[in-house]
Amino acid sequence: MNTKTFSVTVRIWRQPGPGKPGKFVDYAVPGVNPDMSFLEMLDVLNDILTLKGEEPVAFAHDCREGICGTCSLVIDGKPHGPNHGVASCQTYMRSYRDGDVIVVEPFRARPFPVIKDLITDRSAFDTIQQAGGFITARTGSAPEANAAPIPKDVADLAMDAAQCIGCGACVAACKNSSAMLFVASKVSHLGLLPQGQPERDRRVLAMVSTMDGLGFGSCTNQYECSAACPKAISHDFIARMNRDYIVASLRSAFTPGPSGGGEA
Amino acid sequence: MTRLDPKIPAGELNGKWERHKADIRLVNPSNKRKYEVIVVGAGLAGASAAASLAEMGYAVSTFVFHDSPRRAHSIAAQGGINAAKNYQNDGDSVHRLFYDTIKGGDYRSREANVHRLAEVSAGIIDQCVAQGVPFAREYGGLLANRSFGGAQVSRTFYARGQTGQQLLLGAYSALSRNVASGGIKLHTQCEMLDLVVVGGHAKGIIVRDLVTGKVTRHAADVVVLATGGYGNVFNLSTYARGSNATAIWRAYKRGACFANPCFTQIHPTCIPVTGDYQSKLTLMSESLRNDGRIWVPKRKEDRLKPPASIAEADRDYYLERIYPSFGNLCPRDVASRAAKRVCDEGRGVGETGLGVYLDFAEAIGRLGEDKVRERYGNLFDIYREITNENAYHQPMRIFPAVHYTMGGLWVDYDLMSNVPGLFVLGEANFSDHGANRLGASALMQGLADGYFVLPYTVGGYLATQKPGSRPSTDGAEFAQAEENVTGMTNRLLSVRGKEPVSHFHKRLGHLLWHYCGMARNREGLEKALVEIPALREEFWSNVNVPGSGDSLNQSLEKAGRVADFLELGELMCRDALAREESCGCHFREEYQYPDGECKRDDENFAHVAAWEYSGVGKAPVRNVEPLHYEAVKMSVRNYK
Repeated sequence: MNTKTFSVTVRIWRQPGPGKPGKFVDYAVPGVNPDMSFLEMLDVLNDILTLKGEEPVAFAHDCREGICGTCSLVIDGKPHGPNHGVASCQTYMRSYRDGDVIVVEPFRARPFPVIKDLITDRSAFDTIQQAGGFITARTGSAPEANAAPIPKDVADLAMDAAQCIGCGACVAACKNSSAMLFVASKVSHLGLLPQGQPERDRRVLAMVSTMDGLGFGSCTNQYECSAACPKAISHDFIARMNRDYIVASLRSAFTPGPSGGGEA
Repeated sequence: MTRLDPKIPAGELNGKWERHKADIRLVNPSNKRKYEVIVVGAGLAGASAAASLAEMGYAVSTFVFHDSPRRAHSIAAQGGINAAKNYQNDGDSVHRLFYDTIKGGDYRSREANVHRLAEVSAGIIDQCVAQGVPFAREYGGLLANRSFGGAQVSRTFYARGQTGQQLLLGAYSALSRNVASGGIKLHTQCEMLDLVVVGGHAKGIIVRDLVTGKVTRHAADVVVLATGGYGNVFNLSTYARGSNATAIWRAYKRGACFANPCFTQIHPTCIPVTGDYQSKLTLMSESLRNDGRIWVPKRKEDRLKPPASIAEADRDYYLERIYPSFGNLCPRDVASRAAKRVCDEGRGVGETGLGVYLDFAEAIGRLGEDKVRERYGNLFDIYREITNENAYHQPMRIFPAVHYTMGGLWVDYDLMSNVPGLFVLGEANFSDHGANRLGASALMQGLADGYFVLPYTVGGYLATQKPGSRPSTDGAEFAQAEENVTGMTNRLLSVRGKEPVSHFHKRLGHLLWHYCGMARNREGLEKALVEIPALREEFWSNVNVPGSGDSLNQSLEKAGRVADFLELGELMCRDALAREESCGCHFREEYQYPDGECKRDDENFAHVAAWEYSGVGKAPVRNVEPLHYEAVKMSVRNYK
């Protein structure tokens, strides 16, 4: 337990609602303990604001252990703050010193409009997922789990990709607001597994075109996404997705159209 | 007084579920789309149920308070999911999983439900693998297993330390597919604030849109609650901050009985509390007990010494000493109580004295650091982020924390509550874990309920409801429920007192932890039953909820949930006081054996206590469902 406390100033983006003008407001937070999480520091601030009769800062959070993907702060210009491979909720105040001024903003990207203060609407990710981020396996129709062995390295690589928590930091970190790392992680996770093969082409084509349609930008190989990713998902998966996409595009271009018989 | 009929099918335990499935009435495929099913919650139970029902053809509407169904708290489950596959050839079977679960629950769960859970467990793994859940595998490509507490076989399937995440993403992907195909209407950031009961049947819900503040009415032929557990009543717990009891609590106030509310699981291996500002506690998965050894110094004087300086002979590996046959893998309630006991003796480690060591030195010596990293790397990382300590070089410090609630809304064998048309799944119901849940069984139960139980049993109810008989939302019951919701919102906003919501939540948490936590006694519970109503009164006269009800207002959301916790906390203490025995997690200090183990009273308390709401200011009624054991003999749990 740390008993030495210190004070910081947080410069927070306040915006009353969607499409409304926002601004930065400075707040002093005294009594900060180094073992406090960044979000606990905001809890303390919010209790201070409530007692002063001001409206607390709205920020998204839930599990507070880096897995639900709800928290989404840009701290001093970096999505999820100064430390690599963690979410905002896993940022601890021991990263700061007495007197620091810390700038806190929402994720900034056109497809993620601000709802209030530090909370954005990330439903675009659900829309991409619905377009093809699944394996069609109706409940009750599954074969025996060990019927199809999967080499350990393949399963491990699929798991590396599957770790994505859907927070959107990759989009916020990218100057093009590209969602390629998010989409690539899902495409790769499912595309690596034998169960994912039947829908592999369809999946990548549908997810990429939905992503484009929602206004996410393209990848220009800056790799800021991987650097900001709280699960440190590799940008190599983007290359993998591009390859899948090209193959799927070619294959679909050469698929013969409906001939006489077709489906009844 | 409500007569609780569990509707357990007759006959041999082994064939009950198969026979029941054959007997349940079916709904004609072309009629299915005429039935509206509301599912509240999209964790493992809710998402799997919604997807399965939509695939069958029902018109499903899913409501979640999160911004995406993928954020439900099932996502945070670390260790694994049990299934009686016997892939390890170590003697596992449906019977053994059934028996371990009944015994682990200290003989306070329903035999028939638990047996069904064990029967369907294997199918869950098949289903998840088909969806692309990347479970851990061996070099030969087949699925790997590990062990969890309360079992002497290796039956736990896992995906690194993120099993819940991967299972939930599987269920979420199935849900997403059905949203795309139109089978599920998805309502995110919508919180259910009341249940609408028409003619004695659950026929709808009232919902507040958390972004716009708009309150809306939704009618259905059947309502399914899969809204998780209520451990956040303690304020500090391993739950997500948003997890709450509101949906089940408001259903309780509409007539659904609340079963065994005092059965809360205190998990033995969590990172200890550091300060008053703390918002949550973080679990260190039970899987760590496969290789980690738990100890404290033998002598009080050594408790603040660096652990490495304490000689092997001066350490007390107390679980291995007291429970040699299960050792570090004894069940959670047993391990938690043992940790409390050594800390009460003054041997707890760390500055607060509320901690024990979980040591990997032996495992690292035996397996090498790389192997330990491969198995538990992400947990060691989480530990380092929170404590700033490297657990590869020094033992972890851990302490018990609130983790799960075995209690919940009472349901019959079909998972329907005593309010017809209201089904309750997963942690929100009380059904399968008795007085203590075994590790890796929550994921199993959530998915069993959603994929393989409800899809069959819901038809039995719907077949009794004419298609198109669903009431209109213009009815008086809907109007009254909506008024109830807006009335409560206005009341919360109009107090304008001096303390933030968090102040009351912390105080309630302290009361419950001290009087209704790991150990309870009559005196403490009676005290809590005076202090909690007083705190509730103070809340309603002195809480400060800033802002308004017509836009996103997180203080208002929290206030409504804490208002419910202040009522539920009282019911928990009432239940703990009335159950004059010790069983599983419920340790009444008055009822123990000389060695400190739970002393059950099977003659008087081999039953489920299901509480019935009787109105504001009136004492609730304690209904009883007797538990009958046919296949197993009730005995004193022995892990020694």
